[in-house]
Amino acid sequence: MENTISVNLKVWRQRGPKEPGQFVNYHLDNVSTGSSFLEMLDMLNQQLVDQNEEPVVFDNDCREGICGMCSLYINGHPHGPVQGITTCQLHMRKFHDGETITIEPWRSAAFPVIRDLAVNRNAFDQIQQAGGYVSFNCGGAPDANATPISKEVADVAMDSATCIGCGACVAACKNGSAMLFVSAKVSQFALLPQGQVERKRRARAMVKKMDELGFGNCTNTGACAAECPKNIPLSNIARLNREFIKAKCAD
Amino acid sequence: MADIKSVEGMIDSTPIMKDYADIESSKLPEYQIDSKIPEGPIAEKWTNYKAHQKLVNPANKRNLDVIVVGTGLAGASAASTLAELGFNVYNFCIQDSPRRAHSIAAQGGINAAKDYQNDGDSVYRLFYDTVKGGDFRSREANVYRLAEVSNNIIDQCVQQGVPFAREYGGLLANRSFGGAQVSRTFYAKGQTGQQLLLGAYASLNRQIEKGQVRSFNRREMLDVVIIDGRARGIIVRNLVTGELERYAAHAVVLATGGYGRTFFLSTNAMGCNGSAAIQAFRKGAYLSNLAFTQIHPTCIPVHGEDQSKLTLMSESLRNDGRIWVPKKKEDAEAIRAGKKKPTDIPDEDRDFYLERRYPAFGNLCPRDIASRAAKERCDAGYGVGTGNAVYLDFKYAIDRLGADVVRDRYGNLFDMYQMISDDNPYETPMMIFPASHYTMGGIWVDYELQTSIKGLFAIGECNFSDHGANRLGASALMQGLADGYFVLPYTLQNYLSDQIKVSRSTFDTKHPEFDEAEKGVRDRIARLMAIKGTKSPDQIHKKLGHIMWNLVGMGRTLQSLVKAIEELKEVRKEFYTDLRIVGSADDLNTELEKALRLEDFLVMARMMAIDALHRNESCGAHFREEYQTPDGEAKRDDEHYMYVSCWKYTGDDEKPILLKEPLKYEAIQVQTRNYKS
Repeated sequence: MENTISVNLKVWRQRGPKEPGQFVNYHLDNVSTGSSFLEMLDMLNQQLVDQNEEPVVFDNDCREGICGMCSLYINGHPHGPVQGITTCQLHMRKFHDGETITIEPWRSAAFPVIRDLAVNRNAFDQIQQAGGYVSFNCGGAPDANATPISKEVADVAMDSATCIGCGACVAACKNGSAMLFVSAKVSQFALLPQGQVERKRRARAMVKKMDELGFGNCTNTGACAAECPKNIPLSNIARLNREFIKAKCAD
Repeated sequence: MADIKSVEGMIDSTPIMKDYADIESSKLPEYQIDSKIPEGPIAEKWTNYKAHQKLVNPANKRNLDVIVVGTGLAGASAASTLAELGFNVYNFCIQDSPRRAHSIAAQGGINAAKDYQNDGDSVYRLFYDTVKGGDFRSREANVYRLAEVSNNIIDQCVQQGVPFAREYGGLLANRSFGGAQVSRTFYAKGQTGQQLLLGAYASLNRQIEKGQVRSFNRREMLDVVIIDGRARGIIVRNLVTGELERYAAHAVVLATGGYGRTFFLSTNAMGCNGSAAIQAFRKGAYLSNLAFTQIHPTCIPVHGEDQSKLTLMSESLRNDGRIWVPKKKEDAEAIRAGKKKPTDIPDEDRDFYLERRYPAFGNLCPRDIASRAAKERCDAGYGVGTGNAVYLDFKYAIDRLGADVVRDRYGNLFDMYQMISDDNPYETPMMIFPASHYTMGGIWVDYELQTSIKGLFAIGECNFSDHGANRLGASALMQGLADGYFVLPYTLQNYLSDQIKVSRSTFDTKHPEFDEAEKGVRDRIARLMAIKGTKSPDQIHKKLGHIMWNLVGMGRTLQSLVKAIEELKEVRKEFYTDLRIVGSADDLNTELEKALRLEDFLVMARMMAIDALHRNESCGAHFREEYQTPDGEAKRDDEHYMYVSCWKYTGDDEKPILLKEPLKYEAIQVQTRNYKS
């Protein structure tokens, strides 16, 4: 059965990328444990608007764990303390009455803060633009069943393709590395026959772009995979390393 | 103006419609609609069109600019394909990346007439099922074309690297969706929309890298600019800086999704809105069939007043789940009081009402029928949970297939359910209830997907064309990608072919029409900021949602619709006198974004109610309770209402003018929908 709790919030507030930020404390009563974490923030914002204060800015959209728009570092974990979900799927029943909850934005040099808890993740788009595709024009594709793909391979490719591009991997990494994100896309295409032709070029181009954009290096600590809301496995990074070395050797 | 008392006992709205709209002028010659359907037999129309349409040669394409607003399946596929052809594309989205458009949340799958399962499917059958599913209120020629290009979509997506589910032999797997007796749905786990969108996003990225598409994120369109009767640009608000920006092009394409959030609670994303449609409406584009809003039967029920959105459980669950409520009212009461559990009810005391009422299609009957049947049981007192829920039970599937097979098919959906509800669906049935999900109605377009404004096109969910009064499952993804990959890239050229001599200087952003449009937006924002009342946009939006759900929802009556229109006036009044927007207009301001969208939802809501009021029949998702058969099925009135309603704007509070596009069925014999036998 649902009941209500009170929570204390320590929320990071920052006007813009160049301005200093600080934690601000808020108190919230009557939070239904059946509410989602973002619904709790909606309540906070309603309370702020009622006091004529500006609401806390946080990115969100689908609220069902698939668009990758929501972020938030909650009590020291990207997407909060529960594994395998996004912030919008986190429910208040996971918190206890009177708990203090600390909420911060993703912190990474490559993801500058826009305001409060919202950050700029354009760097991820730029990496995808560098090579995260199969080059062909619409209309030229052969019949979909012309090339059989084994179920096992298709399933592993699907697991890699599940990445929602939220950036939790970068936020979790002490080096701010984007390796899990890049490796998921490179793996999807490296596994499928459609991705073979541009396999080497893709690995080279995406890694080069990632390095250019100020993401850190990977030191195999594995925090990214541990915190990934879609459970993208670390084996993708091993595959990316193989792909990259093979591409470099071919040069 | 009619009031509630004076319309008591009425079922035909015709005598009172003059109080709400001009429905008489539709016969005037200047109000006749040309849908530009090509001549010839249905199967040859699209081929003939393509063979004879005008094209733009490659050297000229680079001199033509196209604005595409939206980056969902329709927007991203159109933007990337137009760029592949050589046009210069400007692409806009409100999210922080094109990859996040709400198409990403589609779960179950995408239909195509491949007939890989050898189960009797064909282009004709997909066309037939779609027209029948839409209860004979869609445009035949458009639907046939949709079915025709459906197969190309699957080829296109596989080549993009979309990891569709496969059989052990390596070929593509299929499953069934509502309203079909064949397995024609392709899927990628419960994340088909995500994978298809990432495919389109990948093609888009290739064109962004080449410089052929210029991508603008976190921008919201606030007006369309018309110069000499043609759409030539847009005004957008930069959501990070608050600045207004101008963009000009030879043509403007809207791919801005549906207006389902008029109901406040829906399965749509928080940012989904109907604003682009309303902007086009205000500038002269017709809005069509707005009463046709899909209420999806399998959503997680509402938990409380602070709820912000509803979560859909994929229709694919109805392949193996069985829907039921208790047969005995006392069991339902005991369950609601927490004295009994669903697992305490023996099989013989369970009412599998869909299997009972619709034996031929059972749990896989179309969405409108499944939703209404759930409402009927709950209204009759057999609901569970809060009273507004029914069970979707996998006990039988687990007994038949084993828990592992069920987990393989639906594992991620079960996990999602457990996360939200705290119940384990492997052990106890899921609770579900209908929720606003999709809008079949939208911006009127002709066969070329052009609106009634020259040079303004509308694709995907934001247009009205293909789903009639009810959309079948797995057809939204099909339509979005059909429009973007395979239809618009042809038909837009037919429009642009005579624009090659029009130089950019004749409509650039220095033109007075841009000044005027920008000033209009600026004034509108200033007006809202100046209200300085006490209610946040969300508070007023919730009120709007309650009215729409209760009075313009799954079951409507003449009285409820008249009441809705009256109550909407009160909400509008509250909006314009008591709205509070904190912060500044020239800055990032999420409250202002919500207020602007809400102002448009209020216009949309009134138009939805007027459209539902004028249509004195039940068809598909539009169920006027006065018009039903003795066993509770929708009763159409083909003699009077076999047309597309097209509404012409005359003012936010003025009476809109009704235009009619008659629907002619040549390839299909019109009949009463039957899912019973």
